[in-house]
Amino acid sequence: MTDPLLEVHHLTRHFPVRAGLLSRSRKVLRAVDGVSFELQAGKTFGLVGESGCGKSTLGRAILRLHEPTSGRVTLDGIDITALGHSALKRQRKHMQMIFQDPYASLSPRRTVGRILDEPLALHRFGDRAQRQRRVLELLDIVGLAPAARYRYPHEFSGGQRQRIGIARALAVEPKLIVADEAVSALDVSVQSQVLNLLGDLQSQFGLSFVFISHDLAVVQHVSHFVGVMYLGKLVETAPVDRIYTMPAHPYTRALLEAVPVADPSRRDRRLVLPGEVPSPLDPPSGCPFHTRCRQAMPVCRTRRPRTIDVSQDGRPHRVTCHLHDPDIDG
Amino acid sequence: MSEPLLEVDHLSVDFSTEAGTVRAVDDVSFSIQPGSTLGIVGESGCGKSVTSLALMGLLPRPAGSVASGSVRLAGIELTTLAERALRRMRGAELSMIFQEPMTALNPVYSIGAQMTAVLQRHEGLSRRAARARAIDMLARVGIPVPAKRIDEYPHELSGGMRQRTMIAMALSCRPKLLIADEPTTALDVTTQAQVLGQISDLQQELGTAVILVTHDLGVVAETCDDALVMYCGRVVEQAPVSVLFETPRHRYTEGLIAAIPKIRPQRLARLPVIPGTVPDLAELPPGCRFAARCRFADDACTQSQPALESMGPARVACFHPAGEQASTA
Repeated sequence: MTDPLLEVHHLTRHFPVRAGLLSRSRKVLRAVDGVSFELQAGKTFGLVGESGCGKSTLGRAILRLHEPTSGRVTLDGIDITALGHSALKRQRKHMQMIFQDPYASLSPRRTVGRILDEPLALHRFGDRAQRQRRVLELLDIVGLAPAARYRYPHEFSGGQRQRIGIARALAVEPKLIVADEAVSALDVSVQSQVLNLLGDLQSQFGLSFVFISHDLAVVQHVSHFVGVMYLGKLVETAPVDRIYTMPAHPYTRALLEAVPVADPSRRDRRLVLPGEVPSPLDPPSGCPFHTRCRQAMPVCRTRRPRTIDVSQDGRPHRVTCHLHDPDIDG
Repeated sequence: MSEPLLEVDHLSVDFSTEAGTVRAVDDVSFSIQPGSTLGIVGESGCGKSVTSLALMGLLPRPAGSVASGSVRLAGIELTTLAERALRRMRGAELSMIFQEPMTALNPVYSIGAQMTAVLQRHEGLSRRAARARAIDMLARVGIPVPAKRIDEYPHELSGGMRQRTMIAMALSCRPKLLIADEPTTALDVTTQAQVLGQISDLQQELGTAVILVTHDLGVVAETCDDALVMYCGRVVEQAPVSVLFETPRHRYTEGLIAAIPKIRPQRLARLPVIPGTVPDLAELPPGCRFAARCRFADDACTQSQPALESMGPARVACFHPAGEQASTA
């Protein structure tokens, strides 16, 4: 196996939070708490979890849009977390981001042509004529007409705006794109168009994606490898087919059961996961999921679960749960 | 069959915009039986939310107005009702919940103050009785320690709790009809499953009819009896949910069902798509509004608009519906 393109080692991102409006005591919000995974070139790592689980913070910490508190991220062997300001800036052309709301991330006062030219100019991508050719090429890649470069973001539909956001991310030929809820705001018929586009781009340019989404069906479609996050931690990671057919963590199973199925003959099949995600400021003791877990044992309340390797046939599968720990009696 | 609770007849709604007047809802008709659930589905701009606002008499004025048609709830015509009378009905006879409960809850009053005000006004309950009923309703929507939670303010609750509170509030006067506009869209799947379950439990208990407005066909499949599919302001198909998902007739419904991302036993190389985009309401084509995106469209489709016609248990507005030969044979 070749070296992975992206390696994330025990990455943490903590935010100091004041406990009350006037309180002096500070608490630490462990938004990302010791996350490790790796991603091969040309593959997609899907990151799922409920809101507040830290998946967006993780995505940003990988790109150092949020400065990690500790841990290491390497991209193509280069330690991103150790880079100085200017070196990081140069490295950014290898790693780009696509956001949920393209409207909020595209300047309303600039034409699409300028929006696309900006990263090219910033990273010194040839002279003006070369950059202009590149802008046209980018529009073509994402399926927009050449005339789009004279227009402003508000003149486009949501799906077209997301294409512009994708074109901007692609402009500097990145190796890695972190896509944070990139299709969540789009209508179903447009969503599938954009997902297909992302798939085409991956096979065309060998791109790697960290694909963050709350939608398990979308994640299944785009990912090769999936990580499930709960309260800042990855509780399960596995190849996509394994995680969807033999989920090992009770949380992963509960998430899968909660997905609505467009088949009226399959109602009442679900076991609803009770309760809500606990406050990350005050996470439960032991296993953070024990407060909602149907299979919780006494040990889950007191002891933090280890990450257990449940790989089979050389297919890496890890789960952080006492149920799979051979040293724990259920 | 008993008398329908709600009858919507040829309802059209106009909006004045910078681009001129657009018809956001065009000639929409449907009815609901007491206690049943109707899903109104479609993508952004299809008119599903405007339809529900029109039923509630909550169209933003002066931009939006009912251009024609009628809405009758238990025989009472709502479109011509005076604001005062309408206000008496809202909350008591028909009630609405929205995608973002924070926009509907008042941030400066406690949950209890807002709930008891509604109960005192519509049900004529004493303060104490209203508070007891409010606590009971909060308990029924699964809010833990409701006697304590009732004195909290909306910002102290999580998104899921706020939506539950809205449901408790909307159903506290036992309305005959609840309109829920994307009630679970902002929620996580696990919370969504809880909230949908609670809506349907309460609905059965109180005999409330529900109109569920959503873009999510999965939610419709799991919760609704019937579904209305809208496209560009018009109803393109209406059918019992079991029929709609089994044999979608309209090519748009068919495409939409195929395009839903779903967890599949085998990953597809490509997702089925509906090509193109929704036309602008200000520049609608003369014929079928879906024609430009439909691979079955011919001259007839681009020239005239198909009317909604019965096809078995469904109603479909399409010149070339799916499975046409099979049903006529």
